[in-house]
Amino acid sequence: MVQSTLRISSSPHLKRRTTTDAIMRNVVWAMLPVAAFAVYSFGLGTLMLLMTTTVTCVLTEHVLCRLSGQESTISDWSALVTGLLLGLTLPPIFPLWMAFVGSVIAIGLGKFIFGGLGYNVFNPALVGRAVLQAAFPAAITTWYPAFIENRFTEVAASTLTLPFMRPPAVDVITGATPLSAFKFEGVRAETGDLALGLISGSTGETCAVLIILGGIYLVARKMMNWRIPVAVLGSAFALSGLFYLVDPGAYPHPIFMLFSGGLMLGAVFMATDMVASPLTPRGVWVYGAFIGIVTIVIRLWGGLPEGVMYAILLANAVSPHIDGWIQPRVYGTTKKAAVT
Amino acid sequence: MTLNLFRKKTFRHGVHPPEHKDQTNGLPIRQFPFAPVIILPMAQHIGAPSKVIVREGQEVMRGQLLAEADGYVSVPTHAPVSGRVRKIGNVPTISGQMTRGIYLEPFPGVSQEVYEGTPVDLETATPDAIRDGIQRAGIVGLGGAAFPTHVKLKVPEGKTCEVLIINGIECEPYLTTDHRVMLEQADDIFTGMRYLLKATGARRAIIGVEANKRDAADHLTREMPKDLPAMVEVLPVKYPQGAEKMLITALLGREVPSGGLPIDVGVVSVNVATCAEIGRLLPTGRGIQERVVTITGPGVEKKGNYLIPIGTPLRFVLEQVGASERISEVYMGGPMMGVAVSNLDISIVKGTSGIVVFPEEDVWHPEKVYPCIKCGACLDACPLSLNPSQLGILAKHESYDLMAEDYHLMDCFECGSCSYVCPSNIPLTQYFRIAKRTVKQRRAKT
Repeated sequence: MVQSTLRISSSPHLKRRTTTDAIMRNVVWAMLPVAAFAVYSFGLGTLMLLMTTTVTCVLTEHVLCRLSGQESTISDWSALVTGLLLGLTLPPIFPLWMAFVGSVIAIGLGKFIFGGLGYNVFNPALVGRAVLQAAFPAAITTWYPAFIENRFTEVAASTLTLPFMRPPAVDVITGATPLSAFKFEGVRAETGDLALGLISGSTGETCAVLIILGGIYLVARKMMNWRIPVAVLGSAFALSGLFYLVDPGAYPHPIFMLFSGGLMLGAVFMATDMVASPLTPRGVWVYGAFIGIVTIVIRLWGGLPEGVMYAILLANAVSPHIDGWIQPRVYGTTKKAAVT
Repeated sequence: MTLNLFRKKTFRHGVHPPEHKDQTNGLPIRQFPFAPVIILPMAQHIGAPSKVIVREGQEVMRGQLLAEADGYVSVPTHAPVSGRVRKIGNVPTISGQMTRGIYLEPFPGVSQEVYEGTPVDLETATPDAIRDGIQRAGIVGLGGAAFPTHVKLKVPEGKTCEVLIINGIECEPYLTTDHRVMLEQADDIFTGMRYLLKATGARRAIIGVEANKRDAADHLTREMPKDLPAMVEVLPVKYPQGAEKMLITALLGREVPSGGLPIDVGVVSVNVATCAEIGRLLPTGRGIQERVVTITGPGVEKKGNYLIPIGTPLRFVLEQVGASERISEVYMGGPMMGVAVSNLDISIVKGTSGIVVFPEEDVWHPEKVYPCIKCGACLDACPLSLNPSQLGILAKHESYDLMAEDYHLMDCFECGSCSYVCPSNIPLTQYFRIAKRTVKQRRAKT
């Protein structure tokens, strides 16, 4: 006899099993090799830095949720993504207490006050970094050479700076990033070194190969919109290539532009923040191209050596408007859906 | 028109759920036994319910008219078996509502002679006579919509039907009803097409078949009579290609206007099993008594494609096929657009294309709903290029009128693609169903 207590649900009864927490988890997996390489090349201080940002971001989200009387949302893994990403954008010997402040700001100001996951206008990690850049301009541009001998046994003094203290002047030779070396001294790095990460820079931005592999992994699992990195890198390549062709002496090679600084990390892991990027394929192309172009413009004519962060934040701000302008034509109509 | 040569035969977006058709697509159609009682709702179709013309206690013959069409958008109901009318009263339906219906008790062991009506002669019948014959046979869309077929075939004044499309897409996962009909009832399909071409005035016909039924497409191509102006088109597999609008776009590159009908682009489309039924019933004047149903899913032992008398209670069906003791969910129709059954005392109706049974251990329901992360997966899935993400946010705020006016809510035909892909498990399709119903009610009031 067949039992008759049946469960009813609303169609469709089938469901693809790619869930939001799975996407976030896989973004973490994709960033892990990049993080591991950062620790390998910069040492113990960087490990402490990445731990600080991830733990602080997760705890901040948990505490803020509880304080506002909501269920904690840390199980969706998105706070962990923000924490890891923020850590990967900071210099290797960045003071931990500043990283703590940046993490609290990333989650609190970048995400929570907007309403949490799904409602943030900007990529939270970049909000945290932008505030740090404004508050601690010296510390965030104090670079450190990769692969120094005692990196696994000693921690740079600046890492352990006491809260509200200025980090001590770095006594080892500062490792200028390829971008600042080019901008301020006119020195060009070897492309091979750039791709493999044998250079100085923010913790996670040095090894382009691992970043690209992480991106390919996410695209293959249909957890990342491939159009965004392609549009960012393509437009950056095209614009910088144009200037290089006009005057190879004054402008850097476009390949150098792609592999230096945070462009690769930004294009693959930051610009692709689903919440802060447009919904439609065509909108995404516009958004990506915007980031690439603004990055190059800042790099070539701005006061800063690097412009990826501001380019992405600007594009995040424009993203809802891109969605307003670019809507697909609805089937069986000639007009587009209404703007938001 | 030259562009058409290079056009890829498909439609925008869509999804690829796992098919699960190989469990039944190789199993020939088998006759199902008669249940001890047949329960026939009078509202098995869209439109006015049939009007009962028999009385309690009356003995009826298989194929005899039990209830007649009540108006133009309505069809009659015939006896699927010889027996005695035990009761006329309320019967349960899948919606949970009771509706008027007939309880019929089959005679045990009698010969199943069939009552024949007035045949419709293909050579001499006028289009009107064919449509009338289709209505008299009680035929509705067997693909699941159950819309009276004769209404669809009436070409409005000032419009012409250029192409007749026979829909053999069957894009719902698990279902293999149409697949088996195409393999086993080719001649009925061809005869049905002749009636349909005549009724609509169409010059040519296309049978659309998805590539996962290539054997059926090859069989139809091979058996196609030389004088039939028709061809078989094999289309790449993609859900929801079986939706009328999607199929028309895939085959012809034309888009049915928003709020319009296929005839607005010169097309009438009919499900392939419906077409076979027309080809089988009209030459004899019989009414529809049974239909092919795929019974499948991990909760069924004897999976298969069965020819089941209309009105057979679901409970009897499940007992015959050895349904698991621990069934948890039963869907009538496919798992994408089908309806979950809450009561096993409902019966197989004309629109039942499949029964899919899941035991507890095979059901997966996401336990958690996350906020929309604007990933855009739903926009990439929606075959109508609507914006389900935005519609979902508006639905949450109950801005139903805005959804209808600015975001084409009423075009949504609830294929479920957006809910299927949503990583945040937002019940978008359910939101839209509620929104559409609310808008319709509000519009009816004003």
